[in-house]
Amino acid sequence: MNFLRKHVTVLAGALVYVLLYALASVRYDGFFSLPVFINFLSNNAVLGIVAVGMTFVILSGGIDLSVGAVMSFSSVLIGVLIMEHGWSVPAAIAASLVCGVTLGALMGAIIHTTGIKPFIVTLAGMFFVRGLAFLIHLESIGISQASHTALAMARVGPLPLTAVLFLGFVAVGWYVAVFTPFGRNVYALGGGEEAALLMGLPVRRTRIAVYAVSGFCASFAGAALTFYLSSGSHLEGVGMELDAIATVVIGGTLLAGGVGSVFGTLVGVLMLGLILTSITTYEGMMSSGLTRVAIGAMLLAFVLLQKVLTRRVAGVGRAT
Amino acid sequence: MRPRNFWPWVALGALLVFNLVFTQGFARLEFREGRLFGTLVDIFQNGAPVMLLAVGMTLVIALGGIDLSVGSVMALSGAVAALLMTEHAQPVPLAVAGALAVALGAGALNGVLVTHGGIQPIIVTLVMLVMGRGVAQTLTHDQKVRFEVPAFEFIGNGTVAGLPFPVLLVAAVALTVGLLLRNTATGLYLEAMGSNPRAARLSGLRVHVIQILAFMASGLCAGLAGLIAAADIKEADVANAGLYLELDAILAVVLGGTSLTGGRANLVGSLIGATFIQTLTTMLQMRGVITEHTLIIKALVALSVCFMQTPAFERWTRRLRSAEAA
Repeated sequence: MNFLRKHVTVLAGALVYVLLYALASVRYDGFFSLPVFINFLSNNAVLGIVAVGMTFVILSGGIDLSVGAVMSFSSVLIGVLIMEHGWSVPAAIAASLVCGVTLGALMGAIIHTTGIKPFIVTLAGMFFVRGLAFLIHLESIGISQASHTALAMARVGPLPLTAVLFLGFVAVGWYVAVFTPFGRNVYALGGGEEAALLMGLPVRRTRIAVYAVSGFCASFAGAALTFYLSSGSHLEGVGMELDAIATVVIGGTLLAGGVGSVFGTLVGVLMLGLILTSITTYEGMMSSGLTRVAIGAMLLAFVLLQKVLTRRVAGVGRAT
Repeated sequence: MRPRNFWPWVALGALLVFNLVFTQGFARLEFREGRLFGTLVDIFQNGAPVMLLAVGMTLVIALGGIDLSVGSVMALSGAVAALLMTEHAQPVPLAVAGALAVALGAGALNGVLVTHGGIQPIIVTLVMLVMGRGVAQTLTHDQKVRFEVPAFEFIGNGTVAGLPFPVLLVAAVALTVGLLLRNTATGLYLEAMGSNPRAARLSGLRVHVIQILAFMASGLCAGLAGLIAAADIKEADVANAGLYLELDAILAVVLGGTSLTGGRANLVGSLIGATFIQTLTTMLQMRGVITEHTLIIKALVALSVCFMQTPAFERWTRRLRSAEAA
């Protein structure tokens, strides 16, 4: 019962996912197959990598609106470094990761030292980083270089490289959150900052690290994006922050902080993939307007359903 | 003890003085064809939608919520008005009423889902952000809807007593809301609810009703802003109308000194914040900064203004002063 109580939101998410998958499999021929499932993973890998970082931020009780901008910035930077300065692919990616971590840590430091709300600091960060991206290159930039293309085409078994990277991020993120002191500090910080301080936890270091992790994930997602699109794009990350928050929340992580898991975020990403694929590919709904309405309606239905399931198991008294 | 809105006024004042002195043609004001022209007028005219959004957003934030859907509701209201006038050949008053009714409905839905669904405002309005624009796109079949209706265009660029109509509309809305907040119990209820919902409920406030009304007010403001945006360019552009304006509106409220945690409704501050954002944007345009690069400057200035309102800044200036004295 203790296990159930602790993981109720994630379990509710997984349960709803299985139900929806079963429904879709009954409705559409060939939906219940490995290639379709792999598509959920690979088409949403970029969003998933961003969402893993976002999970840590939300667990710590914060929020990061800059992730989409950091991702675009990093993809454009990689494009410029490779195409205009002749850097090698690993060097370009490493440089973008350094930038992502620095930007994240900077935002974390501002949040901690000034006490301005994360919502505002990362909102300003989003404008700032988007401006930076335009500063290094005004237009999106195509990447055509032999080693980059080779990596983009690479597969591990049936999985494309980006999907493998995503699963790797989930695995490492889950391990860090559950088994390391840093992970415990993040949960403690999200559960209550004052209590964490009184317990002698390194609140300042943890908070800065959390945003640095998010910056790292976002810029890594930018690298994954260049493999997916073969270009560094200004447009791709627009609205990404809201999608990432939505996936984390669908995965059962509480926006108030302290409750949730990286595994839940994996469920959230798969969920969004399921919804998108069934609507656009299987239902043949090409109108972007109707697609948005359907996504919104399902998101709402899902959150409500999760609410009901959570309440049933955990009892009404819980403040979720 | 500093006067209310000290730092927002200082920031706006500094920006205006800087421009009056250093930006060419900023101070020019003239009266042509019965209408006031000039950069200062443009700032209020172009800033009108964000000012309206900021008024609604202040109410929602005061009770501890947030409304991410205002940009989408703008698009929706513009689309409904345009379609009623073109496809359904309805008169202007009916088109306006229809559009505002839809915006009000969207706000009510937000409020009901937050109160009775028990879902966090950020999630509810995020869903509405996605769906609202989707509904607008579906209604217009992903097309821009052009119209030639002078009576409607008046909402966007008409003139009353030499002043642009949108500016007067903002003034009227802000005045109404301001009077409601100050001279009736509404403001008290709103702030009580925002600072401690449980205490507010236990002391007999009808918390649900207040919350739903605040979201409806935000929806209505967004609807009005949508009408101005559509009337201004004589078309409903569902893909771009109100895009990212929710962020500008939130920024305006925060620049005005309202805390995102709720419990305070600072309407004047929000209006100053919105004016500040628009003045900054106009100034950068006039100085020939590339639009994409203005983002960097906007971000830095916004952060600085927020920083000036924090206790950390207070401590910092005190330390500076004591260092000087020593």
